[in-house]
Amino acid sequence: MTEDKAQALVSSLREKLGASLLDAKFDRGELTITVEPAAILKVCTTLRDDPKLAFRQLSDLSGIDYLSYGKADWQTHDATSSGFSRAVSTFAEIADTFEGGRFGVVYQLMSIVHNVRLRVKALLGEDPPRIASVTEIWPVADWYEREAFDLYGILFEGHPDLRRILTDYGFIGHPFRKDFPLEGYVEVRYDPEKKRVVYQPVSIENRILVPRVIRDDGRLPPKPAASDKTNA
Amino acid sequence: MPEIRNMTLNFGPQHPAAHGVLRLVLEMDGETITRADPHIGLLHRGTEKLAEYKPFNQSIGYMDRLDYVSMMCNEHAYVMAIEKLLGIAPPIRAQYIRVLFDEITRILNHLMWLGAHGLDIGAMTMFLYCFREREDLMDAYEAVSGARMHATYYRPGGVYRDLPEQMPQYQTSRWRNDADLKKLNEARQGSLLDFLEDFCVRFPACVDEYETLLTENRIWKQRTVDIGIVTPERAVALGFTGPMLRGSGLAWDLRKKQPYDVYDRMDFDIPVGVNGDCYDRYLVRVEEMRQSARIMKQCIDWLRVNPGPVMLDDHKLTPPKRGDMKGDMESLIHHFKLFTEGYCVPAGEVYAAVEHPKGEFGIWLVSDGANKPYRMKARAPGFAHLSAMNELVSGHMLADVVAVIGTLDIVFGEIDR
Repeated sequence: MTEDKAQALVSSLREKLGASLLDAKFDRGELTITVEPAAILKVCTTLRDDPKLAFRQLSDLSGIDYLSYGKADWQTHDATSSGFSRAVSTFAEIADTFEGGRFGVVYQLMSIVHNVRLRVKALLGEDPPRIASVTEIWPVADWYEREAFDLYGILFEGHPDLRRILTDYGFIGHPFRKDFPLEGYVEVRYDPEKKRVVYQPVSIENRILVPRVIRDDGRLPPKPAASDKTNA
Repeated sequence: MPEIRNMTLNFGPQHPAAHGVLRLVLEMDGETITRADPHIGLLHRGTEKLAEYKPFNQSIGYMDRLDYVSMMCNEHAYVMAIEKLLGIAPPIRAQYIRVLFDEITRILNHLMWLGAHGLDIGAMTMFLYCFREREDLMDAYEAVSGARMHATYYRPGGVYRDLPEQMPQYQTSRWRNDADLKKLNEARQGSLLDFLEDFCVRFPACVDEYETLLTENRIWKQRTVDIGIVTPERAVALGFTGPMLRGSGLAWDLRKKQPYDVYDRMDFDIPVGVNGDCYDRYLVRVEEMRQSARIMKQCIDWLRVNPGPVMLDDHKLTPPKRGDMKGDMESLIHHFKLFTEGYCVPAGEVYAAVEHPKGEFGIWLVSDGANKPYRMKARAPGFAHLSAMNELVSGHMLADVVAVIGTLDIVFGEIDR
């Protein structure tokens, strides 16, 4: 999407959505709008039905957990006096004190009529996060919402059949949350005496081979994302 | 009169026609399906969570294992997302190589689909025919990357290495006589491009051969015509993409509508269906194979006359040459930093989608400026297609479930992720 086209789309979105539109950001050729979660049904209906917008296809719907956004295992600005840690942090301790919109639901929309993509984001503060289901608007949202519920524990109100989808029958917890450890809590094995599969606490521990670092030392100057089609 | 009750039937997860590990709970009224409830997740490996714990480049290998019959197309979406975040574009030769291998992958996928779909609904020979041609394309994968399936060939900033000058040949062995060996190596005398060009010449006749077996076959038509009909409006609402959408008559192809790499320089047609049934989707996919061979030919012609770099020369992102590392301290440091810590990607989020053989495969990548992704979400086409299963099979007979599963072209690597 070009800058002009995005500007035009943003101004028409402002007009149609009014106060429900909290923020619009154009970055790397893609437009992301943040909307009021309470108004999601109204917003999505407008996005789908307005002939100027016509976002009739929901390409993707996914959850995100912003708990550890911008947090790194190692410091990169100053020399450390205490040495480097093993970088195994679960973020469980900060989960209780996190404020603001921890969870997000992101809708990737596609307008086949206008050949335009749009990303709609709704940030949810409370835990468990709740938002209205859009299955009535885009039937494909059914499984996507089940997945977001399964992996992040986001409750989609009005969803006809909000069951777990990807994890095991009887799974406990929401594995893609940042405070859920990578190795999980339980593992399964076959017990030859009981002659069935049993669950037991995990016997492996997470080893981090490469710590997470955030560097902004100018190694990568922000180049314009121009398409390199001229050098042939 | 005895009470008549609906029967619940478990289909899979260990069923050859379930294409992997699909568990389908079917509610039957006699032999008619009233409700289908697919249970998925038996192959869930948490790829997206694993990617959050690895530097960007180390997750390319996971992409091959998502849809494990169209490996390089998955890689393509992922490296495109990284490139978009970094604001870089690969050299033009690398873009042509990517398009060439995307199309090889498309043929690989469609051959696998055609063979398995045929086998599911009674055409045994198809499977053998399709695997004959697949073998040649797998060899092309092996020639460029060393691996027949999980290639990890595309990298942010280009492709890992240039196309080989010599196509690997079969060696003598005690199970093969000299005449067989000579026949096998006949097309492998020159470079990889010679081999692929020979393939492009041979392949349309092979497709004709498949079509003589199926297209006008009475049994094939009885099994597929008017099964699983989807209207174009409904296909859009259900999130269908790729051949599933084109089978319903909508000429929508990301390669044409939102071209990436050098697809805008390619000359090809988009086949569309009319009725939106299994038979039309079969025709669409068969024609796509012919079109892919056409694109491959154009790439081969260009690649022959335009040598050049296949990887960016920015060693903050791409590894330096092995030779340089032996004599140059800076190259050695670059190599070390790149393969331990990786590179940090500027904060932001992008959604990069490619026209995968099965539909729109997209990667939503969020970076907070670190050397690992903050969140990676793969939009798998099969996930959306399978979610429409209930709607597609309700009212059909039990035997049609197999035809519908076949036409959806599902692979559990990408659906369960």
